[in-house]
Amino acid sequence: MSTTVCVPNMEVVYERPIALADVHTHYCPGCTHGTAHRLLAEALDELHMQDRAILVASVGCSVFSYKYFNVDSCEAAHGRAPAMATGIKRVNPDNIVVTYQGDGDLASIGIAEAIHAATRGDNITIVFINNAIYGMTGGQMAPTSLPGQRTNSSPLGRDVRSAGYPMRVSELLSQLDGTAYIVRRSLHDAKNVRKAKKALLTALKVQEAGLGFSMVEMLSSCPTNWGMNPQEALQWVEDSMLPYYPIGDYKVIDAVRELM
Amino acid sequence: MAKEMLKGNVAIAEAAVRAGLQAYFGYPITPQTELLEHLSKRMVELGRVFLQAESEVAAINMVYGAACTGVRVMTSSSSPGISLMQEGLSYIAGSDIPTVLIDVMRGGPGLGNILPSQGDYFQVTRSAGHGDYHPIVLAPASVQEAIDFTVLAFDLAEYYRHIVIVAADGQIGQMMEPAELPEMRPVNEKRPEWALTGAIDRDPNIITSIYLEGHEMEAYNLKVQAKLKEVKKSEARWVEHWTEDMDLLVVGYGTAGRIAYSAVEEARERGMKVGLLRPQTLWPFPEKRLSELTDEIEAVLVVEMNAGQMLEDVRLAVSGQIPVGFYGRMGGVVPMPDEILDAIDTHYKRLAIRLRDKERV
Ligand SMILES: Cc1ncc(C[n+]2csc(CCOP(=O)(O)OP(=O)(O)O)c2C)c(N)n1
Ligand code: SF4
Repeated sequence: MSTTVCVPNMEVVYERPIALADVHTHYCPGCTHGTAHRLLAEALDELHMQDRAILVASVGCSVFSYKYFNVDSCEAAHGRAPAMATGIKRVNPDNIVVTYQGDGDLASIGIAEAIHAATRGDNITIVFINNAIYGMTGGQMAPTSLPGQRTNSSPLGRDVRSAGYPMRVSELLSQLDGTAYIVRRSLHDAKNVRKAKKALLTALKVQEAGLGFSMVEMLSSCPTNWGMNPQEALQWVEDSMLPYYPIGDYKVIDAVRELM
Repeated sequence: MAKEMLKGNVAIAEAAVRAGLQAYFGYPITPQTELLEHLSKRMVELGRVFLQAESEVAAINMVYGAACTGVRVMTSSSSPGISLMQEGLSYIAGSDIPTVLIDVMRGGPGLGNILPSQGDYFQVTRSAGHGDYHPIVLAPASVQEAIDFTVLAFDLAEYYRHIVIVAADGQIGQMMEPAELPEMRPVNEKRPEWALTGAIDRDPNIITSIYLEGHEMEAYNLKVQAKLKEVKKSEARWVEHWTEDMDLLVVGYGTAGRIAYSAVEEARERGMKVGLLRPQTLWPFPEKRLSELTDEIEAVLVVEMNAGQMLEDVRLAVSGQIPVGFYGRMGGVVPMPDEILDAIDTHYKRLAIRLRDKERV
């Protein structure tokens, strides 16, 4: 399989990023995990980081993301990616260390590791995919599932009196002094996708400049487990998720502004 | 290097530094905390990595991450902390990454206490995380052995790309005695070819423990088993005393083995034909040697600071050929030489009666 089809006298307008492996992914049709992968790969390419990057994949639908990037990679235990990234970055400060985590992975089982990596100001970047559900295990409630959201483990809808309230991770982590750059973006339309890419570029530059902990949260769709077609799913991100999870810059320290 | 008075925990920490330790991640827990404290000073002084993690769960995963880059890395803890590290250990074992872990064992179960114990025998030799594998486990009986085994642990870990645990009971960690530290080895800056360092002029390296296809996972397991077979063949270590001419063999490791030595010495003076086998590796257990000795003796007495964990390995090696007795103290109680001597005496008398009856038949 070749990446670009070369037709004489025609300009190449779209290419596979070098950092993106030339393989099929296992993501469902219409899932925005694929979009996030592409954005991260483009950002790594543009910053010439492909041969310096180390990706820490997590447990969730993105468990095989290490196969989808042309970078040195490892696969962490469920929720432990930030700790693994800390270990890597401390001994290899010149590498660009990125974790790619879902909301079950980061906000539930791995919240302690995420909070402490953030508060230590570990110079790593987290790509945080918030799809308000446990995708990989087949659609159970996540810490980020919305009030009233029906999932396979909250069939009557998330009852906040018993299951508590959804967790706004970007807001939470931005309270910690060690953090340099924490933003929330969304992948539900082209304009927002472009903004998400820009945020990834900034986050990686933050790490390169040694400014501290950076995280880009991306609101993402899970058509399969939401029981929607891809279009409806994107609409649901906009209509239901955005009000609870506002897009915004939650932490941008002054030194980061100079990079932007 | 001359001998100096050293506390076990500090000696282990300094031995690791001199063996070229590049990164340490740990969480305070008694009775191993001096180890972490010593490294918090020394590693920083030497410009190496020290980090106090937020939990043992995080510590072992930091170790996993750092180990993936091919550096010499270690963590240390005590029993409840080792329980928390089980998950990380399994992932490390599932990806062939060299890692050194120090367990300064304390009384349990539960929060237990901070007194010396050998209650982690199962946890370190058997169940160090889910899946099919055994870490290599070294059990020192003196501060000197704790030093030597720490250095050895790094070499074995790298040679086999495997987890090596130095399982010292709290007594070894806390006591002071004269011992000799090794020379400072230079840090090895070279990274192995499998390490994650950035895919510069090569294909990406991938470190993972996931194999979705059953036959692939089995193939990986077979590879691990082949490696462990090699370890079993080459790495069993033990010491023997008075084993040339004996009727009763005492088997004990670590502090229990050391105290048993005094008891066996006294038993010999009293004319009893008793010997001692002190395993230095708990996995691989010196089963071959024990089964050889089984042909020459009438009974075995196992001494441990637990309810009888190595006892199971002894029974497997002895394979029902002769009686296996047990004497153990639990909950952080360290047996006195006299208690072990009494146990030897009791078993020896029983043995004498049995031998006499045998002759009568
Ligand atoms: C220790 C442990 N507990 C549970 C699981 C099962 N598990 C796998 S993925 C997952 C949830 C993943 O959800 P999320 O992080 O939101 O990612 P998504 O699949 O939605 O992308 C769970 C619970 C596991 N692999 N390990
Ligand atoms: S289950 Fe959901 S999150 Fe997972 S790949 Fe499919 S659509 Fe994406």
